[in-house]
Amino acid sequence: MPEEWKNTANVVVIGAGIQGCSIAYNLAKLGMKDVVVLEKDTPTAGSTGRCAAGIRAQWGTKMNCQLGLASLEILENLHEELGMDIGLHQGGYLMVAYKESEFEQLKKNVALQNSLGITSRVVSKEEAYEICPTLSAEDAVGFTYHHRDGHADPFLTTIAYHKAASERGVRFYKFTECTGIKVKDGEVKGVVTTRGEIDAPVVVDAAGPYSQHIAAMAGIKLPFYSERHEILVTEPVEFGVCPCMLMSFSGNYYIQQRPIGSIIAGCSPEGHPEDYSLGNTWNFLEHMSRVIVKLLPKLGGVRVVRQWSGMYNMSPDKQPVIGESKEVKGFYISAGFSGHGFMFGPISGKLLAELIVTGTSSIPIDVLNYDRFEKGELIEEPAVV
Amino acid sequence: MTEEEKERNVIVCRCEEITMGEIRDWIARGYDTFDELKHILRVGMGPCQGRGCREIILREIAKMKNVPVSQVDPGTFRPPSKPVKLELLAEEVDK
Repeated sequence: MPEEWKNTANVVVIGAGIQGCSIAYNLAKLGMKDVVVLEKDTPTAGSTGRCAAGIRAQWGTKMNCQLGLASLEILENLHEELGMDIGLHQGGYLMVAYKESEFEQLKKNVALQNSLGITSRVVSKEEAYEICPTLSAEDAVGFTYHHRDGHADPFLTTIAYHKAASERGVRFYKFTECTGIKVKDGEVKGVVTTRGEIDAPVVVDAAGPYSQHIAAMAGIKLPFYSERHEILVTEPVEFGVCPCMLMSFSGNYYIQQRPIGSIIAGCSPEGHPEDYSLGNTWNFLEHMSRVIVKLLPKLGGVRVVRQWSGMYNMSPDKQPVIGESKEVKGFYISAGFSGHGFMFGPISGKLLAELIVTGTSSIPIDVLNYDRFEKGELIEEPAVV
Repeated sequence: MTEEEKERNVIVCRCEEITMGEIRDWIARGYDTFDELKHILRVGMGPCQGRGCREIILREIAKMKNVPVSQVDPGTFRPPSKPVKLELLAEEVDK
């Protein structure tokens, strides 16, 4: 059945990943009518659906700690709010440090987190082995842990927002790519797509790894680039071999077990090259398998069933841009999450919707404007794999 | 039980125990591509990687959208083509 095409809208959101779906849902919840979301593939087919599912409040900057904690609070009640299970599992994040300097930074992060109401703590090796019973980390120098961290299903979470937004009247056009942004006299006027044009006074760039390309269509230069990260998943094994998310910055890994029993593991690419391809490599499969077997030796006989890749949308300080452009009125951005878009989606979508509807947000995010890059006022996040 | 009800109870994806009824319901809600159904129901994500269910689901999408099966996107296939033990992959590095 061909769906009706809307030539006009109050808000057009570009991208139906976690950002776009959360923004659209929150706009509708705040009473905004005529919201349209464009998606060049299908909802959650891009970076969101490819991510490692992690959610955490263990961050190294005040801004990210605030966003992380607020997002956890939303996720903890999201099943109830959206009426759909989101596969939430709060088994905590166990951060593993292999260098003294790294452990010092983790301890500093914990002090900051504690001051903001996040009950993370330093744990001993014995305790770490209790949290993760199959862990072998004799070469580690220290651990931190926060029990409310964990993971949620990125597909189900995004679809839950998508479905709830649709039920509130938001129109989603899948297989519809944005090919141009209409701007006149410093104001956004609408979008051009592969299926036609839509006039709108507000356009939101939530295009994930392609956000800088969309912004460029409006004449805005976002200093972002995207890089390919690889990841794998195993067949399901008995739950409990890795109930927490294991994460290490120097070890360059994140490993977790989904409630269904599968182990998911990934790492960052060497040298972090700009890369928009979504291929898979044998090198990654070998490297990651070696890391897993060393950390969780009991998993040697478990089989890898699938590998894939997804893009991180990197910003210069690894923190996102959330807010309205100062150059083009009505053009909003929610991008540059640098690998953490899924976990911040519930709160960033809420804050951006508040900004659009009321002009202000319940957590001040003025510092997340992109003019910070030009002014040199970067808010560098140290806690990133 | 009617024929329709009997069909709805058939397990289409044995890895994830997904019935025909669930698949039909989600297609009817507009999630009418193989990859969308995979994202929501995990069909094709189990150990068999869709070898058992893919054709059946593609036929069901075609039927409900009233298009030929040849016009239904078969969805993404991901490596490895056969499950491989972590220890075998890890050993390969040391050779």
